[in-house]
Amino acid sequence: MSSAAAVAPDATVPVAPGAAVAPRLPAGLRCALPVILFLLAGFVAPLVTVAAYAFATPKSFDVFRSFTLDNFATIVDPANTVWTSFAWSLVLATVTVVLLAIVAYPIAYGLDRVFGRWSGLVGTLFVFPLFVSENVRLYGWVLFFLKNGVLDGFLKWIGLSGGPEVLFTPGMTLFGMVYVYLPFMLFPITLGLAMVPRDLIDAARDLGADRLSIWRDIELPLAMPGILIGMLLTFVLAAGAVAEAKILGGQSIIPITQDIEIAFTYAQNWPLGSALAVILMVIVSGLALAVMGRLDLDRILGRR
Amino acid sequence: MEQSSRRANLFVGLWTGFVLVAIYLPIVCGALAGLAKGRYFNFPIRAWSGEWWGRTAASLEIHALVQNSVMIAAVVTVVAVVIAFFGALAFARFDWKGRRIYQKILLLPIFFPQPVLGLALLLWFNALGVTPSWQTAIVAHLVWIVPIVTLVIAIRVYGFDPVLEEAASDLGADRLFILRTVTLPILWPGIWSGALFAFLLSWGNFPLSLYTAGADSTIPKWLYSKMVAGYTPMVPALGTMSTLAAAVLLLGGGLVVHWRRRRAAAAG
Repeated sequence: MSSAAAVAPDATVPVAPGAAVAPRLPAGLRCALPVILFLLAGFVAPLVTVAAYAFATPKSFDVFRSFTLDNFATIVDPANTVWTSFAWSLVLATVTVVLLAIVAYPIAYGLDRVFGRWSGLVGTLFVFPLFVSENVRLYGWVLFFLKNGVLDGFLKWIGLSGGPEVLFTPGMTLFGMVYVYLPFMLFPITLGLAMVPRDLIDAARDLGADRLSIWRDIELPLAMPGILIGMLLTFVLAAGAVAEAKILGGQSIIPITQDIEIAFTYAQNWPLGSALAVILMVIVSGLALAVMGRLDLDRILGRR
Repeated sequence: MEQSSRRANLFVGLWTGFVLVAIYLPIVCGALAGLAKGRYFNFPIRAWSGEWWGRTAASLEIHALVQNSVMIAAVVTVVAVVIAFFGALAFARFDWKGRRIYQKILLLPIFFPQPVLGLALLLWFNALGVTPSWQTAIVAHLVWIVPIVTLVIAIRVYGFDPVLEEAASDLGADRLFILRTVTLPILWPGIWSGALFAFLLSWGNFPLSLYTAGADSTIPKWLYSKMVAGYTPMVPALGTMSTLAAAVLLLGGGLVVHWRRRRAAAAG
């Protein structure tokens, strides 16, 4: 990036006399300003509002006027079972991440090394579901697994006893998460694998390294930044997921996001819902910032 | 050696094919359910019918949903691309003091659970005294989509050599002229991809619309409400139609991006 600093547009453009009264901001900051201002108003301010509600009197709308820890006390009260929702969300998110790494790695490898000129098309086929509403795709699975649905009906039609009753179970919730978040794991891993220099692998092979040690000592460590981003992204998204448990899981488990939603809607206890949201936010952003602090985004995205 | 690598490639190909089939399976199931005659879905389908597609296409309620979804997505696309274009230059083009922090902060909304983000925005709008409607949904979509579009354009900006701008400037071109004749033509493919992403992601978004669109419904929001209570075969029919619309847009947009990239490659 050394050359970029030298060519800030101002450097070479003659400044009209009297125009440079106010010190100009650096070009980068000037370009970043609209995004920064928008995110301050649209992202930071809402989160501050949630935090403010979390310390308001329970079951009230006294935001910014009262300060109490009652909501957090309610959550940690042993009589309360909200921790099971937290546990379900975090456990499901962890398992989702592990399964997705296993599912996505060979595909990412294929996109990077095997498919050649087809990888653009294959990649697009994996992107496309992102643009179809999550609910529509999850509901398609309900139609597939439903009694007399596609699977059950097909098995009966060919003379078997019918499909398994898997719908509305915690396992199905997990399946839905793996399904929905696949692209979020696949593309970061592909980016990561693209960072591994091919000649390094060739050199190792020429020197007699076997497949496993090439993978363990060269490919995996060099692709790690991409893999980490994928894992982080899918963990965070899965920890905040709600639709899978509702549509496919039939509420056989309650994820934390649903507890938050219930507090805001049916229970009309905004301060309690906010306190739950704050705890989830702290876990999620703490993890995100910790992982991202170790990454060099210029290298990953600019591939250099 | 050769043979084992061929076997590994075969495995990768088969696995990818298998996962792709799994990805499109539920979408196909939805399409089948929307084309069956009966009120309730049974497989194998005994009688096919376009009735539900016809009823969906004729419904005034659906027309309003499409209008809301298109309006939101269109405004989101325009605003997101303009903000993200400059955001991407700051992300990848200029070296400035706060850049590292900016790069990370920018990613946070993408790394954030959308239902929580939607609720947080709802509280914020409430605190401001703003009634949720399709306009507030636009703001909500932008919070999530602007960072994504910024990344999409930034990836293109990384491949851009600042020397080109420098040369133009040395030859006496002013800033606006450089932007129009050098910077923009090189970045067009990224900007088009970004616009396509913005429109399609807004079109399919559910969790943000659910909380921030108020009484104004969108297609994903309506589908969800009917899935939970009051199922009709219009649900899979509309779901399929919405998917097809997105596919057509992706195909058309993909061709434009492809064409732009080739033209840019030919010019540069």
